[in-house]
Amino acid sequence: MSLLDCVIVGAGPAGITAAVYAARKRMDFLVVTQDIGGQTALSGDVENYTGYQFITGSELVAKFEEHLKQFGVRLKDDTPVAHIAQASDKTFEVRTPKEVFACRTVIVASGRRPRLLNARGEEAFRNKGVTYCATCDGPLFADKDVAVIGGGNSALDAVLQMVKIAAKIYLVDVNPQLGGDAVMREKVLASDKVEVLNGAVTKEIYGRQFVEGIRLEHKGGVRDLAVAGVFVEIGSVPNSNIIDFVKKNEAGEIVVDNLNRASVPGVFAAGDVTDVPEKQIIVAAGEGAKAVLGVFRYLSQMR
Amino acid sequence: MAQVKVFSTPTCPYCLRAKDYLKEKGVAFDAVDVSSDRAGLEEMMRVSGQMGVPVILVDNDVIVGFDKERLNAKLGL
Repeated sequence: MSLLDCVIVGAGPAGITAAVYAARKRMDFLVVTQDIGGQTALSGDVENYTGYQFITGSELVAKFEEHLKQFGVRLKDDTPVAHIAQASDKTFEVRTPKEVFACRTVIVASGRRPRLLNARGEEAFRNKGVTYCATCDGPLFADKDVAVIGGGNSALDAVLQMVKIAAKIYLVDVNPQLGGDAVMREKVLASDKVEVLNGAVTKEIYGRQFVEGIRLEHKGGVRDLAVAGVFVEIGSVPNSNIIDFVKKNEAGEIVVDNLNRASVPGVFAAGDVTDVPEKQIIVAAGEGAKAVLGVFRYLSQMR
Repeated sequence: MAQVKVFSTPTCPYCLRAKDYLKEKGVAFDAVDVSSDRAGLEEMMRVSGQMGVPVILVDNDVIVGFDKERLNAKLGL
């Protein structure tokens, strides 16, 4: 088994940017990833990526991919990473269900996944009315009544997407007041299709084959909403379970220094899986570049 | 030749990937946009018992999601 300079885990903005830099440095590396684009591929409109005044998430990912493919990078896609292990000689093994890749360094850029609501029926009705991606699945609920669960920007964004599609949107927020940006809140509150329920806890999602309603605890009582769709938008959790020997913060994010080094030499991390506070596409891309330049420096010092 | 039908929405990244993959392999397919085709959406929900896209129908076999391995096996790719 040959020893690679680096394995990049993930191909969102951080992983792809790292790969572009690594290719230009002629490093011997591989990208292992479940998908291309990560959360960016599922984003609706992107209006803050410099150089593009307006682009959709999937279009931006297509641009990233086009850039990456120019270099003939070795890319294992549709490949989840099961585990990253430390070998005895200060090298690492990146294990997938079928293969093992040995490497001198690893960049963990595995991103985040949606946080689950943990309401009864959530798992049973997944893809049967319960969804975690308004951009993907919103159009399936044309002229239906739906509920968006959450109160931050992602929930507000889902509501604004659904205003154009659904008949009525309940915004179910556990907090007493909506969060998110004022501009988005104002747009949501201005729509006569939207009913906001603050201080409401979603207890159960029910139906026969598909979702027919949800049950809430609201103002000391129980309330049922007849809805065909439930959009869970209550934030995300880092995909950091694949590595267990580096320091993480309370949220499970990999702790990195300002050179993207994790707590064990040779392990670098970038993007939304890290404790870098701003979860933004452009920040993740920049962090990916920093991480791989750090790897390059680390490898030069080793030789 | 197998009859292939892809149920998708314009905004779902896996749908685009699935369709690009079939095109790349020279597999002819019918594309159903379930965001605008109500009867198509109902057909997809009936055959797959769920609402996630894409759904790929190869003759009478239902593949939920862009499952490249199953698609390759069904189409002999």
